[in-house]
Amino acid sequence: MRKQLMKGNDALMKSAILAGCRAFYGYPITPASEITEAAALYMPKAGGVFLQAESEVAAINMLYGASSAGMRCMTASSGPGIALMQEGISYMAGAELPCVIADISRGGPGLGNIAAEQSDYHMVVKGGGNGCYRTLVLAPYSVQEMADLTALAFDWADRYRTPVVILTDGFVGQMMEPVEFHAAATLPEPPAWAVTGHRETRGNLITSLHIGIDELEEHNRRLEAKYQSAQHEARVEEFCMKDAEIVLVGYGIVGRILKAVTAEARAEGIPVGVIRPISLYPFPAASLRKAVGHGLVFAVVEMSMGQMVDDVRLALNGMRPVEFYGRCGGNVPSHDEVLCMVRKLASDFGCHNISAQEKEQMVHA
Amino acid sequence: MREDVADFTIAHEKAQSFYASYERKGELQHQTHYCPGCGHGVIHKMLARAIDEMGIQDRTILISPVGCSVFAYYYFDVGNIQAAHGRAPAVATAAKRSRPHSVVISYQGDGDLSAIGSGEILHAANRGENITVIFVNNAIYSMTGGQAAPTTLIGQKSTTTPCGRSAANEGYPLRVSEMLATLEAPVYIERVGLGDNKQIAQAARAIKRGVENQVKGLGFSLIEVLSPCPTIWKMSAVDAQRWVRDVMEKTYPLGVLCDRTKEARVHAMPAAAPPLEELPRLLDIPEDDPAVDVPEGAAKAVDLQVRVAGFGGQGVLLLGEVLAEAGLDAGLEVSWLPSYGPEMRSGTSNCHVRISNETIDSPMVSSPNMLIAMNEPSLRKFVATVRPGGWILYNGDAIPADCVRSDVHELSIPFTHVADEIGDARITNMVMLGALLEITGALPQASVDSALKRLVKSARWYELDERALERGREIYCGSLAVI
Repeated sequence: MRKQLMKGNDALMKSAILAGCRAFYGYPITPASEITEAAALYMPKAGGVFLQAESEVAAINMLYGASSAGMRCMTASSGPGIALMQEGISYMAGAELPCVIADISRGGPGLGNIAAEQSDYHMVVKGGGNGCYRTLVLAPYSVQEMADLTALAFDWADRYRTPVVILTDGFVGQMMEPVEFHAAATLPEPPAWAVTGHRETRGNLITSLHIGIDELEEHNRRLEAKYQSAQHEARVEEFCMKDAEIVLVGYGIVGRILKAVTAEARAEGIPVGVIRPISLYPFPAASLRKAVGHGLVFAVVEMSMGQMVDDVRLALNGMRPVEFYGRCGGNVPSHDEVLCMVRKLASDFGCHNISAQEKEQMVHA
Repeated sequence: MREDVADFTIAHEKAQSFYASYERKGELQHQTHYCPGCGHGVIHKMLARAIDEMGIQDRTILISPVGCSVFAYYYFDVGNIQAAHGRAPAVATAAKRSRPHSVVISYQGDGDLSAIGSGEILHAANRGENITVIFVNNAIYSMTGGQAAPTTLIGQKSTTTPCGRSAANEGYPLRVSEMLATLEAPVYIERVGLGDNKQIAQAARAIKRGVENQVKGLGFSLIEVLSPCPTIWKMSAVDAQRWVRDVMEKTYPLGVLCDRTKEARVHAMPAAAPPLEELPRLLDIPEDDPAVDVPEGAAKAVDLQVRVAGFGGQGVLLLGEVLAEAGLDAGLEVSWLPSYGPEMRSGTSNCHVRISNETIDSPMVSSPNMLIAMNEPSLRKFVATVRPGGWILYNGDAIPADCVRSDVHELSIPFTHVADEIGDARITNMVMLGALLEITGALPQASVDSALKRLVKSARWYELDERALERGREIYCGSLAVI
């Protein structure tokens, strides 16, 4: 297949169908509506089900029904809608039902605005619903990743029998970049645990209810063991990290800005690098700890008042100072703002002023 | 027939659709968890009997609710899904649509269906989902100890209406069946009671009919059952049945509220899904290489960072898209980012385009080396961001004095007049794009042509756009001649 210029939201939906998703239930909200619209157009062509639900609450419970029946299924929404879905996400995690939820996040709290923010991190990564559960979370930063990580999300959802969230922002959803769909179309068989209305699956039961106290504790321990077993799946991109003394950390569109800033700062001889978490849960804590060897200071940049920064601090556990720079409300941390911070950190922490020749080598490393 | 009762005829045997024993109860596995005199046990039996008689045990998917009947799945030996409070109709909708051959029965109490789940039942009914809903109305929240429900009768005491329900404070009892019967989609809605044996016999017939309708593919059926709750009502089982007959029925009259089974159109089974190898085509994903004949090395080393800005409707986004598509066809890395944020809802529009022969780090163009300003407000907004040595293309006679910069190139022409002369003011964007292409010289004409062909489907507009691009190129060359 050749590369094709496409919006992130379109790439996500097409990739989902190629990955075997045959049920989409959703409720429109800016800036995720294009996914719902693409599903309305393409899902019936692929022989799947599309239905615009009466609310996000109904939509997520439709996923509960579709997933129970063994379908690869998904929905897409944004902050206020994801908040409404939390009840259903908790039920699906409890009943161990796979599904994929795209959160194309926007400004909050409350109605906030429709501009891009990254303030759904706590709700999505820490679990906004009741009970001890986790959702696995992937954070694409390009249109190609919208396609690739969507396919991966369906794999993870089935492998761990749990909801997987694709968390990104309006920029990645709305922008167009060339994309190539790598894998051939697939349609997995319904899993053996599903309730499909056949003799073989007659004895199957989907429930999140465990009324005995010991029974529920055992269930929760099993869920926790499952989340722990997923830790090795943590994904991360490291950029110019070999010798980075200033380690910038950011995900989604911020990751793109940090790369651009790194190129500029390196040209000035500042040894800076980027760690971009691709999975937000499991969180790539090991990559951060590895960087402690040469990193003097870590700086987290987010389009929020600071949410992922908590996970970075936890991962480093006081071993290095963690600075934070955030913009929100739809404001994006500009190259200049981040570069200013990098220059200040370089001066505060006495990062190497390297020779032009060394600098040349680093840039091309 | 069992050997120990060989001399007897078994008139009433436990339905096959029930499990042999009730596992949860430990040593009391022959007993249900329902209170003595509760209607659920009777309704369960009627439903199980209907499933048996229709031979659909293997096909049935029962949706258990939250409430007293949350454990329905411990009794029914069918496929079982337990749903969140109020959400059973949404869960049932998707289970049925996922597995259209199955028989999906949503079983809900009044607290579940008429309060927290009023939205879900209304919309499932209105869509005419081909499911069967058993709605057990005992006018109170029973499992949680007797709080008021939307169905609680006027004057009825509950733990949250200790002086009795008043219309002034809690409103009137919600008549769900009457309400849903006003919709066009449901095929069958009947209210039955468990007040005496005659009523019970009618309830059994109605429940079976509700399931039959689904098996025939006729659509949405709902059976509301007025059901005794001796424990919470604080009555004997006999008095509770009497209360159903003498009191509940006054607010909730029994009978068929709608029956469109005769005129209902049978739900068609979905058409066969297309083969997997057909999917890329159906998803508009091209498998072959584009038919663009761009000579190797035709694209120059380039780092174009373009900001296009103007009023909504001036073709700002399309200009950027043609540019990005052409870059892709020329074998370059590209990105296109529309203005994103509150501007989406107002009159101005802008986009960022990057074209480079190296990987593009950030798609955001905060310091463009090429600004296309299609109107004065856009020029004023972005003029200061243009990199020294960069270009400004301005749709106007001359850049206003207070916006003039000495460190950038500029080309100011009333491009809209030019477009008008060619044939349509709406091709201003393509005239400006033509000038940009000529200035940068980065993209081969073949890639621009193929991009335009892909994006502009109408032959008339394609022809106009091509002329506009050519005119834009001429304008730039002409401006050089003047210099």
